[in-house]
Amino acid sequence: MDKIAIVGASQTKYERRKKGEIFYDMIYEVTTKAMEDADYTLEDIDNVITVSNDFLDGRTISCMAVQEAAGAHDKNVSTIEGDGAFGAFYGAMRVLGGFGTTLVVAHSKGSEGDPKIITNAMFDPIYHRLLGLDAISSSALQASVYMERYGITEQQCALVSVKNHKNAKNNPYAQLPMDITVDDVMRSKKIADPIKLLDCSPISDGAAAIIIANEKRAKKARTKPIWIKGVAHCSDAYFLGDRDLADPISLKDASKKAYAMAGIKDPMSEIDVVELYDAFTYMEPLWLEGMGICDAGQGGQLIEKGITVMDGKLPVNPSGGVLSAHPVLVAGLVRIIEAALQIRGEAGDHQIKGAKTALAHGINGPCGQSHCVWILGSK
Amino acid sequence: MSEWLQDVKDLTLKGQIKVPYTWSVGEVGSRFLVALRDEKKIIGNRCKNCSTVYVPPRKNCGRCFKDIDEWVELGSKGIVTAYTIVRYDYPLQPTKAPFAYAIIKLDGADVGFVHIIKEGLDKLKMGTRVRASFKEDRKGNILDIDSFTII
Amino acid sequence: MARRVAIVGTGQTYHKSHRLDVNGRELINEAVTRALADCELSIADIDAIIIGNMDHFESINYVDTWSVEGSGGYMKPIMKVTTGGTTGSSVAIAGYYHVASGLFDKVLAIGWEKNSESDTTAAIVTCSDPIWDRFSYSGAIPSLATEASAYMEQYGATQEDAARVAVRERTHALNNPYAQMYNRPITIKDVMESPMLAYPIKLLDVCPRTDGACAVVFAAEGVAEKIAVRPAWVKSCSVRHTTTWFGDVDYNTGMLSLKRASKEAFEKAGIKDPVEEIDVAELYLPYSYAGLKWIEAIGFCGPGEGPKFIWDGNTDMGGKLPINPSGGVMCTNCIGATALLRVAEAAIQIMGKGEARQVPDVTNAMATGFGGCWWSDVVILGKDKPN
Ligand SMILES: [Zn+2]
Repeated sequence: MDKIAIVGASQTKYERRKKGEIFYDMIYEVTTKAMEDADYTLEDIDNVITVSNDFLDGRTISCMAVQEAAGAHDKNVSTIEGDGAFGAFYGAMRVLGGFGTTLVVAHSKGSEGDPKIITNAMFDPIYHRLLGLDAISSSALQASVYMERYGITEQQCALVSVKNHKNAKNNPYAQLPMDITVDDVMRSKKIADPIKLLDCSPISDGAAAIIIANEKRAKKARTKPIWIKGVAHCSDAYFLGDRDLADPISLKDASKKAYAMAGIKDPMSEIDVVELYDAFTYMEPLWLEGMGICDAGQGGQLIEKGITVMDGKLPVNPSGGVLSAHPVLVAGLVRIIEAALQIRGEAGDHQIKGAKTALAHGINGPCGQSHCVWILGSK
Repeated sequence: MSEWLQDVKDLTLKGQIKVPYTWSVGEVGSRFLVALRDEKKIIGNRCKNCSTVYVPPRKNCGRCFKDIDEWVELGSKGIVTAYTIVRYDYPLQPTKAPFAYAIIKLDGADVGFVHIIKEGLDKLKMGTRVRASFKEDRKGNILDIDSFTII
Repeated sequence: MARRVAIVGTGQTYHKSHRLDVNGRELINEAVTRALADCELSIADIDAIIIGNMDHFESINYVDTWSVEGSGGYMKPIMKVTTGGTTGSSVAIAGYYHVASGLFDKVLAIGWEKNSESDTTAAIVTCSDPIWDRFSYSGAIPSLATEASAYMEQYGATQEDAARVAVRERTHALNNPYAQMYNRPITIKDVMESPMLAYPIKLLDVCPRTDGACAVVFAAEGVAEKIAVRPAWVKSCSVRHTTTWFGDVDYNTGMLSLKRASKEAFEKAGIKDPVEEIDVAELYLPYSYAGLKWIEAIGFCGPGEGPKFIWDGNTDMGGKLPINPSGGVMCTNCIGATALLRVAEAAIQIMGKGEARQVPDVTNAMATGFGGCWWSDVVILGKDKPN
């Protein structure tokens, strides 16, 4: 793979409800700020990828709302419908495939739609939709299989919530910085067993943008280029009953490919920080297992031992993660941005000292059916 | 956001995407739903290539990418391999909370079948044996199985 | 360095207004199976998949993950591209970049729609801005009618001119057994006498609604030549999705997005005189008037010259520049697949697999996509490897 880098990044503050900004405004804000970050003008943007979803936006051809806000006027542009980590991957392909730079933008306003109806529409209309499944209840099924299989405890999951909300206190963009205890999580309202309120990510509004450039164009940017060392995606089977929900095989596959591209042999020792898609607390240990950070079933202990806290051996979600702000679709792009900021040394109060290699991760579909894994590096 | 908006009553617009849908079930799915409706039977099908017995049945095996043509009649009993007790009510749900979603490995099938359990939630565990209970008035959809009951 | 990329196989369903015998995944599977058979590959050979359709036509959220059983995406990289009417060409262009990136050698691009499953207009009106446009936007036909009447006013084009385009599409479809309007020829009189929908557009001036799917296999240089006897090389792709609000579209300046996308695509492909160098075009013409006006935007003829260019027979089979040998969008419109069908049909022409609809000696073929807020995609394919 040719050398390509992230040279600009920006995000809005994530809020439960953005009253003052429509999609267009949010995208204009992050587009402008990403160009400022890179010290690029609109002429430096060769092409644009937008990320949106017609269900979330309550709009057919949802990308129509943001074309000009993303600076796509009279430029080549396309749209990925799915998580921003996937959209960014297509943006990267377009740089490898001939463009000098790609701007990738993603937006969503969870506040404007009905998340249960929207996520119910992920389920097959013939066999599953009438059952009323949504993102929470389906994830609860996955949590039950995973936790039962390996004896992962609700307390271990609660620790993820405690850690990530605490980390969010150091991230000015996060929506839910909180000091909470394991007891608070355990006593929070039962939603769908074993998932309780404080095991869930919030409903959020927000947007984010990155600029990807080839080696030559990266030189023009003000920022230290953050190199894309490896990236891969993969999908598991669709029907929940066809999958082993405690074994994220598609994440394993994507991780393996991304590591091979990046020359990573031992992720635990070679990766300095992980930003992963923790829509629910159980996902953090499960995804860490899928990424090969620890063995199957060891995710709970990894968290209990404090390995993933800010000053642990491998900090996970220093930004506060998706648990602290969950703008759907945007969230995977945010993981990439946060990983890049860590390597730049510009993560502010949630900086991991000396981070040189970072993993970022996004998911699509029910229960993490499809995963996209990114490895970013300083060289 | 500028200051003045703080003092303005929220201007919002309410709307809904009102599109009626008529999904084609297809030939394979129709056979499954007709068996539910007319015979109170759950049928699956077996991929010749990998021997997997699927339920609901599929036109093709997603893993082998070959058409499937062997029908298998499954029992209406099975074991729970995943479950969650849902504590919130929502109009999309077919019944009032608390109820459970479960993935059930039906006898004779190789993949799980997702449905609901309404009664005996305190007895529900991984491995619990359950049986499909059919509605009296069946319409040819997945809710012709009213729910699964603990045996 | 970007790699050269070619199309090595295509597959499509026999398009119908209603395919009640299959669900969406099964429909997709038909096209995928045919595309793989066309280039003698198995699903195991495919390195990545891109799929597209429009969400609210079937109400499936995350079609990429929902469809894996039909698309062959189990344990493969798959993502979804959706841009409205241009979805199919956007999917094709994504297929191109997947391979050009050097990351994937063989990639499957899929477009599909089951328009029978919903109310197309009820879904499409929601593409307009909910705050500013939705109260006044009543769907694609009135919007197109505005353009048509402006064009007639500007250049004196007539309803008969447009009818001539409609007749050409149905005549061409006589050669395409996959077309929904296969074997359903019409006359100018039929068009003129068909019910008026929104002046000057009548029923036979517009595309139908279709259930169908299309799949195209893209492969990298070095691989493509081994798979196909005559790969269809991608010479350029160009996209303009500029406008956000319908009120911003200027109907009097011609189809600006198509003009700009075509100009860039021709430049990238090294084409100086399109009407001489393009041998066949598969254009996304959703209604007959586009067949007059949009060929001007592409530069096949000058402003206002569209009707004469058509009446002279240039765009008929055997003419100087046959347009839509497949019968085009007015004979088949499974929306998420429609623009991919244009690319597939253009590739078929290069590969010499057009059978009854084959145009002889095709060196360069052009495909377009139309959609969104007057947006355009252009893809140029060639028999010869691009420089
Ligand atoms: Zn099989």
